[in-house]
Amino acid sequence: MNALISTAVFGIFLMISGLFIKSKQAIRILAISGVVAAFVLNIIDFRQYGASATELFHGMLSVTNFGLLFIEIILGCVLVYFLLSGKDLANIGHYTGEYFALIFFILCGVVLAATYGNMLMLFLSIEIMSIPQYILAGSDKHNLKSHEASLKYFLMGAFSTGFLLMGIALLYGATGSFDITTMNLAGRPIDAMALAGIILIAFALAFKVSAAPFHFWTPDVYDGAPTVVTSFISTIVKVGGFVAFIRLFHIAFGSPDVDKHWLLVLSIITAATLIIGNVTAVFQQSVKRMLAYSSISQAGFMLFAVIAMNVLSWQGILLYAAAYSLATIGCFAILMKMKDYTYDGYNGLAQKQPLLALMNTIFLFSLVGIPATAGFLAKYFVLSAAVEKGGLLWLVILAVCCAAISAFYYFRLIWAMYFKAGDCQVEEHAITPAFKSVLALTALLVIILGVWPGLILAWI
Amino acid sequence: MITVLLILVPLVTGLITFLLKGKTARAWAFISAIVTLVISIGCALTYQSNPASLTIDVPWITQLGANFHFGLDGIASVMCLLTGISYVVTFLSCWKHEFKKEQQFYGLMLLMQAGLMGVFASFDALLFYVFWELVIIPAYFLCSIWGGKRRIEVTFKFFVYTFFGSLLMLVGIMYLYFQTPGTHSFSWEAFKSLHLSSGQQSGLFWLFFIAFAIKMPLFPFHTWQPDTYETAPTPVTMILSAVMVKMGLFGVIRWILPVLPAGVAFWGHFVMILAVIGIVYASCLAIVQTDLKRLFAYSSIAHMGLMCAVVFSETEVGMQGVLIQMFNHGIIILGLWVVVEAIEQKLGTRDIRELGGLAIKSPKLAIAFLLVCLGNIALPLTSGFVGEFMMFAGLLQYSVWMMVVAGLAIILVAIYILRMLQKVIFGNFNELTEKIVDLKVYEWLALAVIVGLIFAIGIYPKPMLDILHHTTQSLLAMNMVP
Repeated sequence: MNALISTAVFGIFLMISGLFIKSKQAIRILAISGVVAAFVLNIIDFRQYGASATELFHGMLSVTNFGLLFIEIILGCVLVYFLLSGKDLANIGHYTGEYFALIFFILCGVVLAATYGNMLMLFLSIEIMSIPQYILAGSDKHNLKSHEASLKYFLMGAFSTGFLLMGIALLYGATGSFDITTMNLAGRPIDAMALAGIILIAFALAFKVSAAPFHFWTPDVYDGAPTVVTSFISTIVKVGGFVAFIRLFHIAFGSPDVDKHWLLVLSIITAATLIIGNVTAVFQQSVKRMLAYSSISQAGFMLFAVIAMNVLSWQGILLYAAAYSLATIGCFAILMKMKDYTYDGYNGLAQKQPLLALMNTIFLFSLVGIPATAGFLAKYFVLSAAVEKGGLLWLVILAVCCAAISAFYYFRLIWAMYFKAGDCQVEEHAITPAFKSVLALTALLVIILGVWPGLILAWI
Repeated sequence: MITVLLILVPLVTGLITFLLKGKTARAWAFISAIVTLVISIGCALTYQSNPASLTIDVPWITQLGANFHFGLDGIASVMCLLTGISYVVTFLSCWKHEFKKEQQFYGLMLLMQAGLMGVFASFDALLFYVFWELVIIPAYFLCSIWGGKRRIEVTFKFFVYTFFGSLLMLVGIMYLYFQTPGTHSFSWEAFKSLHLSSGQQSGLFWLFFIAFAIKMPLFPFHTWQPDTYETAPTPVTMILSAVMVKMGLFGVIRWILPVLPAGVAFWGHFVMILAVIGIVYASCLAIVQTDLKRLFAYSSIAHMGLMCAVVFSETEVGMQGVLIQMFNHGIIILGLWVVVEAIEQKLGTRDIRELGGLAIKSPKLAIAFLLVCLGNIALPLTSGFVGEFMMFAGLLQYSVWMMVVAGLAIILVAIYILRMLQKVIFGNFNELTEKIVDLKVYEWLALAVIVGLIFAIGIYPKPMLDILHHTTQSLLAMNMVP
């Protein structure tokens, strides 16, 4: 488990290095090289672990090549994130080393989420992911909204963590085990305690991935937190939450006589998430807030992977993690270069910065799910997973209707950039050739994954 | 291999066009269109001699069993030919038109051509869907950037309409995919040999058909069309009306008739009634239009409605008529747009009430206009007649009443076209039309090609019918409901 060790060590290292290294540039480069190192070390792990789970630390972790691949995707996305937005992260305040250290701790939590084999580790991973987020959300100390976001997030998050713990306790009471593979709920009638446990855990995880009706914190937190932080917590952390969700529900609660008890509940949560996310996003005037609601609606699509439970949904969540993270990180990176965060602030961007406008369009296409972008195949995989499962056709049709609605708010940005005349204000000095080329490579990656998903899927 | 070139040439040249400037881009796009036309002619000829060599099938997404499966049958090769001709004629007719950001305009046009060719040549459902969507993206930008007033709202309506329809089709494709035996497949052959219950088929029918009905457009899904045709720049309108709307009919022919025969048997009659209502409704609306573009837009709805009605009648002569009319209607409507574009370029208006007396001042334009209009009315010896005659014969075999009601369109089309002709090209010229100059060489050339095709096919349709014969036969053979 090189990834786990390297992210934890780098986190501590960066935290201490903040004491000695004063140059923001140096810390940023250190962090980037840390991600690259973790990326490479994780590749080395691939040879050791296969499709069947390998138990580590007495069953605390159960490592599969799916988990490793997921970590690889996450590390790749973080690398893109650092390259595009690392400077903005370093400039939130004075504590550059700490910001990067917190990111690495979150990564450590994501690695655990992708590999836990025990519910205690699940709890640990969710907490390691959450607590640095509370701090990061409030890291802009001179902004009242940032404080509000942090406090709100913390209170709600602590509440949902309580749910998670209670759920785990009830399940332990019912089954006598914390181990997700040997919990063995199937084959006997389910008692009320186990059922209550499953539902409580479902609600807690739904909260973490901002599924409706547990989404109310999302817009305020995403809007209030510094944009560069929002970019991170709405992508990497969210898909990290999803991998925890999907693994628990597929491995522990996935057998047919168990899933009938929670399938309808999660289907309704999915439907509500899709409708609320998409409809509310239509009415937003600020692009940042629109992206917050868009992240809710995208969560609705990712929930399909949780409820479908087949090979396609595993492949789907991998593709979705990559497609959604890359596109959203790209959108946010461009948003950070704008002086005005409203739709009108983008007016005429195509004249002023044609490359930025083009790349933003590709990212938005991917979020809508236009073919030949990664977003299309991601949506295709998760939706067809649900079709294969059967009995969920109503939900799939609802989802495509919502996808049509989502075209409205994503395309509004394209209208502003291409069809409306205006004088948008961008931070010219921040748009360096390096930034542009990383952005172009990211967009290229989105298209390549959309045409050739085998690039990811061939590994499992 | 040659089939792939149909898609690859416009795709690659289109991407290169973005890097060029102004007139170079225009010339480059024109050369590309000619090369594509030559390839599509080559395909049509190859289809007659050695159809198997047009098929290519290589793995694409192995996890799903999706393949790059391209091929051409009779109707597909004719549609590719139509696409090739349309692009050459379109580029000819706007040869002197100065678009702003010309390289982007021509680049997007060529990308759209790649998408269109892909739709016609795909034999893999997922691939078909990808190209189906890829057509709409360049069209969206073309209409939104270079369109007339209200272009953003109108084009977005057009986009959302078609996007919504195609997403439903995607659900249908997913469903069919999981019905295929063994390791699932998207291939047309696998879909065709499915045995679905009639309940499943009648549900799936609408998942697919809504997408195609919106594209055609069939009444009552047509509301995007007149607005879009009016606001889009005329070269784009030409491609939309000549080729893109045929995608809807083509989809029915490729993916509904062979795959869902019981669904067709169940819903066909209902759709035909909708189509016939649409024919009369659109024809009546066409009579009162004062804008030339809107008039032809409604005329196009009426013609597409007739084709849609007959395609579900499943008679041999009717089917043959539909297939040839898909080509003929494309050519005729192209001619109409060329004339509209010429008039608008010279006079700055498309309002019928402001025009008049064009025959005196610009005889070439008037003659060409008249001839194309006669094709639209379907006068004998024009290509329109061949198709319409066969279609009405097919409809008559199916139901006399339907034929009688749809036949009203024959009278109505004569009314609105002749009335329009009388106001626009005959009568006395006014202050505005006094100054009109006759057709430029390139416009004349474009119209000559069209008029030539209209009469060539009108007088001797056999070569075209030969190419389409096999498609008709296999469609009818497949559609025998057990």
